[in-house]
Amino acid sequence: MRDVAVVAFAQAPNVRRDSDRNEVEILMPVLHEVREKVGLERDDIDFVVHGSTDFQAGMPFSFVGALDAYGAWPPINESHVEMDGAWALYEAWVKLQTGEIDTALAFAYGKGSPGDLVDVLRLQLDPYLVFPLGIDPIGMAAIQCRAYLEGVGRTEADMASVAVRDRRNGMTNPCAQVTGEFTVEGLLAEPMFVSPLRRHDCPPISDGACAVILAAGDRARDLVEHPAWVVGIDHRIEAPGLGMRDLTVSESTRIAAEKANASGTFDVAELHAPFTHQSLILEDTLGIDAAVTQVNPSGGALAANPFMVAGLTRIGEAAQRVLDGAAGRALAHATSGPCLQQNLVCVLEAREG
Amino acid sequence: MTEHSLTASHVVEYDYTRSLGPVLSHFVTGLRDRVVRGTRTKSGRVIVPPLEFDPDTYEDLGADALVDVGEAGVVTSWAWVHEPRPSHPLDQPFAWVLVQLDGADTPLLHALDAGGEDAVSTGMRVQVRWAQDRVGGIRDIACFEPEGAS
Amino acid sequence: MSGATDTGDTDAPADLVTGIVVPIHVEYEYTAGEAASRFLSHIPERRLVGQRHGDHGLVYVPPRGSDPANGEPTDQDVELTDQGTVTTFCIVNVPFAGQAVECPYVCAQILLDGADITFQALIQEAEVSQIHPGMRVEAVWVDDPEPTLESIRYFRPSGEPDATPESYKDHM
Repeated sequence: MRDVAVVAFAQAPNVRRDSDRNEVEILMPVLHEVREKVGLERDDIDFVVHGSTDFQAGMPFSFVGALDAYGAWPPINESHVEMDGAWALYEAWVKLQTGEIDTALAFAYGKGSPGDLVDVLRLQLDPYLVFPLGIDPIGMAAIQCRAYLEGVGRTEADMASVAVRDRRNGMTNPCAQVTGEFTVEGLLAEPMFVSPLRRHDCPPISDGACAVILAAGDRARDLVEHPAWVVGIDHRIEAPGLGMRDLTVSESTRIAAEKANASGTFDVAELHAPFTHQSLILEDTLGIDAAVTQVNPSGGALAANPFMVAGLTRIGEAAQRVLDGAAGRALAHATSGPCLQQNLVCVLEAREG
Repeated sequence: MTEHSLTASHVVEYDYTRSLGPVLSHFVTGLRDRVVRGTRTKSGRVIVPPLEFDPDTYEDLGADALVDVGEAGVVTSWAWVHEPRPSHPLDQPFAWVLVQLDGADTPLLHALDAGGEDAVSTGMRVQVRWAQDRVGGIRDIACFEPEGAS
Repeated sequence: MSGATDTGDTDAPADLVTGIVVPIHVEYEYTAGEAASRFLSHIPERRLVGQRHGDHGLVYVPPRGSDPANGEPTDQDVELTDQGTVTTFCIVNVPFAGQAVECPYVCAQILLDGADITFQALIQEAEVSQIHPGMRVEAVWVDDPEPTLESIRYFRPSGEPDATPESYKDHM
């Protein structure tokens, strides 16, 4: 395997509604910032790939327009995934492995505010037998949540403690959206939203964007002092039908972690868990010991969850701790689809594999 | 620079016409005729709603593997919707449910009209409430209701 | 939708349901963004104001916030006129749902004077057969222009002599 590292990460401030800027205008400063961090010009980037969905923007081929934020003339080597940007990073990593390129930019944007995001997210469901029911991903997550709580014996208080942790952590993240000091008792006193979920168990709706630069071998060593080497990365998917899955575990995360060699201890773990119970499922599945691993120092997806972006942000946040010299080994996770349908696990280390 | 960006309303609407294929065609036709069907896999498991393939062996199973299952069953998990959204199948508070029908080995996702959250529990028995006008689709099941409710 | 033709099994009932219609409906409230809002804010004054990055960037109209060639913000306004040159065009003969204009009609790319990219618009008040590259055209505005491109009803021939091919050959 070729040594490949994250060398730079940048993100836009996450907000509920950016009323002043369109998607290109949100992205443009992020794409400038990420290049400036490592002093790369546009010509120095060998491959550009991004993740987004046109249904969120409400504009067919909006992903083509998003390239205006980067600049695509003369034509560039470019690709797009209708997935969270974490999967764009995966494509970039694969292309780096081929040896065809030495640097790549993966970015993602998601403006949840123009449409009704709950209705937009319904469009990813099976169109034959599930979409016509009118169910939305919050209802599906609530079903998963009850199956997990009753199956494993965890409680709503355990879930609230995840929200308390992530919102507190978010206070140190200037790009976070929902932050502050809360107590488990205070959160449990709030009314139910879609039982057994309360609002604090659900992610905020966000407008945001982020970008990551990957570089191979000596190129990475030349660009930064502490490259965040991608020593393992894998993603797996499960059946779309909820009835076909064991909702109390995340089998796809387990296998992806195994393939990415995500065993042993980590200084930091950034988990893309849009719902509190999903964080518990992921922590169980990944065997994370909160005594040695700091979970979601950024505040995670409960502090800001730009759709199609938040997974790549987890990789960026985890990598940033390695780039800063603060962490020697970091775990990043990204998810896509309802109820943790598809999961990506990425292991980042200060030392190359 | 303008003070605030201009905004404009826009509606995206598509009437997608979808082919159901050899298995789901029989499934929704069964619902129209008040019968729920599943797929019997090579190992003998019954999957509801049916699949075109065997999830264990990936063999093509087709319509020949379809079997009828009961129209009553057990709730395996659920969620209570306090405030229904416009897309939801019921106007009053209701439960989303996974229901394992009698004779099935996997649960079906649908809605349960139970009156109140206190009336719902994992393990409770429920039955299909058929829609008055059935055309061949998942909404031919209007929803589920507690067993013996009608 | 019924019919047993495409299921492939011979025992299928004649009234087998083989398809479903699944309508989707999503409502959006778009934000035009800083650059487009600035451009549109001049429309009620019947002004077309393009934008460029720096003093030497290409002039885009309508602007969308960035110079799409290099990803730099279009931070300078450039006053244009509402006159330009047809670079290329098509004649629409096929009616479609929601069509506002009678067939045949002309949809043209127009290079506004001072702009570096062409602008798509209808051409009316001219015989379809007379329209050609190089033809000079001018905007016809609605009576009370609002901050929307619909305030330009269409373009029409201005009567000026044709532009030289040299003046628009790089914008085809």
